[in-house]
Order: sequence, then structure tokens, then C-alpha cells
Amino acid sequence: MSPSIIKAIWRYRGFILGSVKREFEARYRNSLLGAAWTILQPLAMITVYTVVFSELMRTRLPGMGSPYAYSTFLCAGLLTWGLFSEILQRGQSVFIENGNIIKKLNFPRICLPAITVLNALINFCIAFAIFLAFLLVTRNFPGWIALYAVPILIVQVAFAIGLSVIAGVLNVFFRDVGQFVGILLQFWFWFTPIVYSTATLPQSARTLIRMNPMTPLAQAYQGIFLYKQTPIWRDIWPVALLAVALCGLGLFLFRRHAGDMVDEL
Amino acid sequence: MGAIQIKGLGKAYKQYPSQWARLAEWIVPFGAQRHQKHWVLQDINFEVKAGEAVGIVGSNGAGKSTLLKLITGTVRPTAGEVVLHGRVAAMLELGMGFHPDFTGRQNAIMGGQLLGLSLETINNLMPAIEAFAEIGDYIDQPVRTYSSGMQMRLAFSVATVQRPDILIVDEALSVGDTYFQHKSFDRIRTFRKEGTTLLIVSHDRYAIQTVCDRAILLEAGHVKMEGPPIDVLDYYHAMMAERDHYKIRQLALADGRVATISGTGEVYITDAQLLDESNQPVKSVKVGQDLNLVVSIKARVDLPRVVLGFMITDRLGHCIYGINTHRLEQPLENMVAGEEATYCFRFPARLGKGSYSLSLSLSRFDSHLDKNFEWRDNALMFHVFNTKREDFVGSSWLDAKVDITRQPMHE
Repeated sequence: MSPSIIKAIWRYRGFILGSVKREFEARYRNSLLGAAWTILQPLAMITVYTVVFSELMRTRLPGMGSPYAYSTFLCAGLLTWGLFSEILQRGQSVFIENGNIIKKLNFPRICLPAITVLNALINFCIAFAIFLAFLLVTRNFPGWIALYAVPILIVQVAFAIGLSVIAGVLNVFFRDVGQFVGILLQFWFWFTPIVYSTATLPQSARTLIRMNPMTPLAQAYQGIFLYKQTPIWRDIWPVALLAVALCGLGLFLFRRHAGDMVDEL
Repeated sequence: MGAIQIKGLGKAYKQYPSQWARLAEWIVPFGAQRHQKHWVLQDINFEVKAGEAVGIVGSNGAGKSTLLKLITGTVRPTAGEVVLHGRVAAMLELGMGFHPDFTGRQNAIMGGQLLGLSLETINNLMPAIEAFAEIGDYIDQPVRTYSSGMQMRLAFSVATVQRPDILIVDEALSVGDTYFQHKSFDRIRTFRKEGTTLLIVSHDRYAIQTVCDRAILLEAGHVKMEGPPIDVLDYYHAMMAERDHYKIRQLALADGRVATISGTGEVYITDAQLLDESNQPVKSVKVGQDLNLVVSIKARVDLPRVVLGFMITDRLGHCIYGINTHRLEQPLENMVAGEEATYCFRFPARLGKGSYSLSLSLSRFDSHLDKNFEWRDNALMFHVFNTKREDFVGSSWLDAKVDITRQPMHE
């Protein structure tokens, strides 16, 4: 990241944090339960998966006897995928949605993706805290090894930021990008071992899925929270490098076209 | 603090024949340029000194709003540069980019933060913002429930809660009701006195004339004219009146004012005089004195209908009185080429002390916007003195009388 962008974000931190807070509040305005919904949603998701897959369908993962194993497996992948897809989905439209203020006020445009990312992170943290609580209650908490999730998360968020800034800038000029991102995310989700395990796949599909940069990340989370394994770092490094490269490309595109953006909004 | 320098400023929008051409230009390295530049502003040079108030006028699409956006930095220039000294507050269009789902208060805070104020400062200023906007309990309602006038009130209150070094206002004020317009102009005037530089775009002649020291006329992306507001506005006025074949002349008058003459000239004014009761030309008029305005005209071509009008304006350009022969129901019909006519308007000078200017117009109907044969700003000037009547203030002599009834005191 270049110093000028960091400086801009720091100088407008009040606006960024204020916007994050306001967006959070606005979402639950006119609702009776308010912020409780942030907790209820992931709670409902975990409950449904546990009941449906573990109790009703009696889905078992190979080699795991625990009734909670499959829902742990699912949540580890699904919640983190949710973070990734929210950053990308909201990021690709952030400049278009805020065209109103971009056209009227002069402020560093980079604040807008920063707000999106922070918002997604907050939602994720709440949901993930529920998940961790669930693990604690069902006595499946992996212990200190859970901290290994932090570097994986950093890589994933960087990956998402890079992609979302690229998509966000391109989308202003080519509105096809926004449509494309929606489709891409659907395919990508099923192309990533989140609801299934690669162990159940034929060899040919396994090699193909290993090419997907999201695969080692999803597997790392599942490894940490289900199998209590340290991540396989040599699988993570290439993704980290790719994330840095995407962030660089995003920054380049942003720098080059941020000025022209207002002409297209 | 507060100076604005604009050097060689220009803005062009890129126009691509298709989205594919744009894609090609982005992707193909060292490829040819595939866009055409559509210039909306070109070669703009001017300077605004600290504390000066400048109005920008021009017809729709002349580039006024783009110019302000370039100055505030929301739009990036294609050529040239803008140098600003000091803190800028801008009101471009309506609402300052308010978010419809957030409350007025939240939006005010957000707006303040975007102006570079800290949360603490904004919270301290919040009572002042609320008091000035006068929108009552609506401050805690989502902005989508606001009327456009209420949005404007809030936006203006936020933008001007602290005196900026430079205030930029685009049209926005015309949305508010008369009460708020007056209130906001009072605030602008106060800022002016305290040294704020003002740049304002408006179609409101009154606003520009009373607030600005100087006006700039933009026409098709270029600076067409720059000078005292009254002269520029007269010129603009004349320009707007009719766009086809006609000439605009400006004559410098002895007292430094400028007389603008415009029109097609199909019928024109040959002579105009202001005469007293004994038909002697007057420059100094006594309050209440009977005056004769004698105007001679001559037609160059055959004309079905001709209307002569006059308007008296005070020193600041405010209209005091105006009438024409259309409204008096005495239009001249079927003038033939070469025909001459002389008008004599009689009226008492029920005016207050001061200097006045008289403008004349020759048109077909009521408005010179329909057909402008001749428009002559500042055709005649005169002063009104008060030597005989009781002293009074204001521009109209209403000749008030008074009856007083005293109530007897009771024990």
C-alpha cells in the first residue's frame, strides 16, 4: 500500500468509522430486535446445519464420529467464504452506489472500499464469535491452534480486497463486471470444498480443485477447527503472493482511473 | 487565505463509439486512442482575490457547474490547474450527497466529517446546525422523508456552520423558500464581511447583483465576459433575449456605468429624453415632480406590432417601476418601413433620494424574450433630490399622512 493512501485513510478515519457505525445502525433501524439479528442469523444457520445434516440426514464425514463434525466443517468454510464474498460483492458496486457523494464532495475515494471491508469484517466477527461459542459449548474448541486462523484470514481478506477494488473500478466503466461477479461467485462457491470434502471426489476433480486459490484457505479453516491441524503453509504461500499481486493491480487501476470515475457516474 | 487561481483550465469528457472500443483502448498496449474528446470547458483563466465575491452566469450547458466541480476537486481537470488557498465549503446541487436512509443528524455528522471536522467539533456545532436549519424534529428522521427544501436547509446549515475561507454555492439556494433564501443570503453576507471568498452560480439576477463584486459570463465553455455584475448581467440578459442575428453594443457612460444596447434593430430608438413640466430636459428631479418621458422610434422594416417599455432601476439595479404599451393596451400596429413615432409617458417622480437609471425596450409583445427589437440598458440617468418634501427613507414616496388620537388619562 502506498503511503498517500494510508495517510488519506488515516486522515478520514472519523468519516470511515462513522460510516461503518451508521451503516450498522441503519440496517436494524425500524426493527424491534435491532442488533440481536446480527447474532440470530449465524445462530440459526449453525442450528439448521447441525439439525439437518447431523440429526436428520445423519451425514458423517469420513473418519469423524462426532455428530457435530459436519456442521463444524460446514461453518468453518461457509462463514469465511461469506466474508470473502461479501467484500467482493459489495466492493464491486461500492463506487456506483456512492456515486451521489462522489459527484458532490471531494474526499479520498479509497475511503469507500475501506468502509465496505470494515463492515464485512464486523459482520464476520460477530458470526464467527457465535461459531466459536458453539465449538466451546459442544466441547469441540480446538484450543490455541485456533489462532492459526488469523494469518489465513489476513491472506483471505487481502485476496478479497484486491479482487474487489479491481472489480469496483472496472465496474464503473464496464457495468458487465458487476453482473459477471455475481455469476463468478456462484460457480466459485461450488468449486471450493466448502459443503463437500475433496476426499469424496474422483482424482481428476481433485487436481482441478487444487488449482483454485480458495481451496487451501477453506481446507486450512476446516483443518484447524475440525481436525485440530496446523495449516499446510506451503499451500498458503502461493495464495498470499497472489493476494499481494491482486492488491497491487487493484491499486494501480484505482490510481489510474479514480479521477475519471466521476465522469462515468 | 481564500484566493482562487485558475490557469488554463479545461475539461473534456471521453466519448467512445462503443463499449468495445473502450475495452480495446484499455487492453491493447500502445494502441491508438479510440475516444473523442468532448470539451465542455476550455482555456479558463481567472483569479479570485481573497475576500472577493464572484458570480458565474451563463445559459444551461455553458459549463458553470462543471467549473465549480473542477474548483472543488470533485472532477479532475483535463488541462490546466486550480490553486486554492484555505478551507473550502461547497454546496453543489442538492443535498450534499445525503444518504436517504440515515437520519438528518447522521447525515449532518457525515457531511461534517467529509468537510474535515472532527466528531467532537461536529457534536459541539450540532445545536447551531439544528437551529439554523429550523427543521425541528425531522433532524432525527431519515432524510428520505425530507422535502427538497428541507434537504437544502440542512445541507446549507452543515456546509456553513463554520466560516470557510472559500464558499462555493451552485444554484442550490433557489430550492429553499423565500424565508430561507433570505436567511442564507444573510449568512453569506456576514461571511463576506468577515473575509470569506465567495463563488456563486445563479440565475437569480438579484442574488448576483447584491452579493457579488464581479461576474463572469460563461458561454459554450469559454469565458465570454468578466466585469462588474450589472454590466455582465445586462450583456447576458441581452444575449439571452435573442440568439439569432443581432448585435450587442456596450457604451461607456460618463459616470463609469455601461449602457448595453442589443436587439435586431428592425425598429430602433432615435431619441429618448426625460423632460420636466415645461418640457426642459432634466437630470435632477425633485421628489413628486411631474415628468415626461419622450421617446422617438423609427421602423426599418414593416412590422405588425411594436411595444415600447421603460423600466426604472435604482443604484443597485433593483427594479422600481416598469411598464410597457402592451400592458397599457396601446401597442402600435402595422408599422411600415420608414415610419416614425413619438411616445410621451407622463408620470410623477414619487421616488426616494438617490440616482436612478432608466432602460428602454422595443419588443413585439410583453416580454423581450419573444422578439427583441431593441433593448437599451441605462438609456437615461437621473438623480432624485428631496428639497420640498418631508425627509423620508426608501425608494418610494408614499406621501403618508398621519392622524393621532390621544386617549385621555383616567385616574
